[in-house]
Amino acid sequence: MALFHTENVSKRYSGHTALDRVSIEVPEQSIFGLLGPNGAGKTSLIRIINMITGPDEGELWFRGEQLQQKHIHSIGYLPEERGLYRKMKVGEHALYLARLKGLSKREAYQKLKEWFDKFEIGAWWNKKVEELSKGMQQKVQFIVTVLHEPELLIFDEPFSGFDPINVELLKAEILKLRDKGTTIIFSTHNMASVEELCDHIALIDRSKKILDGKVQDIKKQYRSNTYSLAFDHFDGLISSYLDNRFEITREEENGDRRYADIRITDGHQSKELLQALVPHINIHSFNEILPTMNDIFISVVKENEGK
Amino acid sequence: MNKIWLVIQREYLTRVRKRSFIVMTILGPLLMASVFVIPMYIATLAEEETKVIQVLDETGWFYEKFADTEEFDFEYTTTNLESAKIELMEKDEFALLYIPRRELTIPSSAILYSLRQPGVDLKSYIRSVMSKEVEQQKLRINLDEMELSEEDHERAMKLPELIKTSIELSTMKMDESGEEEETFTEVMMAVAFISGMIIYMFIFIFGAQVLRGVLEEKTNRIVEVIVSSVRPFQLMMGKILGIAMVGLTQFLLWVVLTFAIVSVFQVAFADQMPGPDVRMTATQPVTEQALEAVADNQVAQVFEVINSINYDVILLSFLFYFLGGYLLYAALFAAVGAAVDTETDTQQFMMPITIPLFLGFIIANMAIYNPDGQLAVWFSMIPFTSPVVMMARIPFGVPIEQIWISAALLILGFIFTTWIAARIYRTGILMYGKKVSYRELWKWLRYRS
Repeated sequence: MALFHTENVSKRYSGHTALDRVSIEVPEQSIFGLLGPNGAGKTSLIRIINMITGPDEGELWFRGEQLQQKHIHSIGYLPEERGLYRKMKVGEHALYLARLKGLSKREAYQKLKEWFDKFEIGAWWNKKVEELSKGMQQKVQFIVTVLHEPELLIFDEPFSGFDPINVELLKAEILKLRDKGTTIIFSTHNMASVEELCDHIALIDRSKKILDGKVQDIKKQYRSNTYSLAFDHFDGLISSYLDNRFEITREEENGDRRYADIRITDGHQSKELLQALVPHINIHSFNEILPTMNDIFISVVKENEGK
Repeated sequence: MNKIWLVIQREYLTRVRKRSFIVMTILGPLLMASVFVIPMYIATLAEEETKVIQVLDETGWFYEKFADTEEFDFEYTTTNLESAKIELMEKDEFALLYIPRRELTIPSSAILYSLRQPGVDLKSYIRSVMSKEVEQQKLRINLDEMELSEEDHERAMKLPELIKTSIELSTMKMDESGEEEETFTEVMMAVAFISGMIIYMFIFIFGAQVLRGVLEEKTNRIVEVIVSSVRPFQLMMGKILGIAMVGLTQFLLWVVLTFAIVSVFQVAFADQMPGPDVRMTATQPVTEQALEAVADNQVAQVFEVINSINYDVILLSFLFYFLGGYLLYAALFAAVGAAVDTETDTQQFMMPITIPLFLGFIIANMAIYNPDGQLAVWFSMIPFTSPVVMMARIPFGVPIEQIWISAALLILGFIFTTWIAARIYRTGILMYGKKVSYRELWKWLRYRS
């Protein structure tokens, strides 16, 4: 069941359309990747979901109700452009943001203490924000975003500014949140982390949604039926064993090993390739080459540009 | 509502706790109190030593006409000018007043030789005594020619005084003596000028704080974090109201501290200075020996007038026009802060704010001299100038219906600017890295939220 979905959301600014009838469906307790090149309209959509701006057309639904102000407490948002008041003390600042989300002072204080201990940053409580490094500030912001335990979390480039150790810490926390039942919208350009974290994605380009679905399904959809092969060196050509059911896309030699990528044309299966080769060569490995999200992103966006 | 209150709290507390706020709160009253206290102090110092002024009167008209004061002793001499000058140097006396004889004419000039700069008080005193005496003499000569009866003659001699009084009554609408009235208007003008000035300053100082606050949130990218919890309008209003409270706090602290400091000094100087009540009896009969009274009582007189001002009206209207004017302009300052990316870019949008505000200040300066003139009345109605101009008029008394109209227009004015500002603000705060023009702002006004 979808926790949240949009129906034909459009947003126009004078001179250009930021969103053109975008419908997305975010299933409950999943991580939903919102992808797209710069300026595609992701931030516009995220701002509409957060009710920072309103759509010109279309509807947004949250748990079967039309999205409205009362849902603000059920949403946590970590924007890409995020900062803190430099002159405020860290603890005071965190309390302020938590209370703006509707937590009582005492509740906010208790939860903040827990999270500060968990992230081992309790000593920062009375420091001024400006004394903190960028990465430290990001940690505080992450905590404040998730503190009020919203049902829907929206992270826009959450890992920027973090060192690899803290990225791992954060990823672990995000996965933990999902496992506890939180639904997460995750917007990033980092395709590796999309592959690692996301269950579903939607790809927006030039204000339109051009692709969406489960990550696994999309990968299957975009697979080219190409297999990568490693085998012992032998005198002769591999092509001499293959007929027109197969197409060699890459060949390489490295010492006493040879490698080849072979595409199987439509209507044929991988076992046919193996049957053709096994009698003749010593195979060391045989894998299907699945397209990475990066490849899919690039090819889909390029294809869209051609239209 | 709860959220806007949180925003107000933050805006207020972070500013009130700043060192600069505390420093200004202490320095302000010290400066203002010194405006009152230093003249008082000087007035008491000046009386320590009496200065001798030799009067060499060749006409003989002014013998014994100059009355001694605590500050000055007038001595009359009959030597010639040269030896009198030498005597002045040798004895190191304060001054020599030389009234030369003019054959067949009435004396109309005199020279004051002195080793140090003579005060304005002394010069105006000499001038007033002399002109009064000459006027009397002229009058007597003319009346003598008319061969009036003794009774008529006596009555005629009193005419100038009568005429003078009646003129001052009609121009100043006050039933006290001319001397006091003059001081009274001066004090009124000072009150008018200071309150207009304070409003002007406060709008600028605290308006600029609103601008800088909005800009800080925008450039440090704080704003998007916050507007996901509160509406942009709540954030803007919270900031404006929070800073208004900072301004009011500062102002009230200034008033309280200034009064505290001044009254401490008043008590400290009480034995050296006649208080307002003492003075009332002392100067009931207004004579031309005013110098004594003036020297002694200037301060007391000022205090009396200050005490007699209708504070309820002035304070209430000050608070109203301060808040109204601030709200009207603060919204515009917020809009400018939201429209630009850096403080240097604010210049191009500051014109529509600074020009009406400055115009109001200039007109307020004129209104002090002519509080019921067309210019002053009209500009005290226009919301953009009314806070400063009306404050400059109120100490002189303004018809109540004018105040109501002006107040109503001011309220409409700030609702209007807030409405405009809110529309620019909500678009501007989320717009980075774009040079914005007036045409662009116009588009923002028409976006749907």
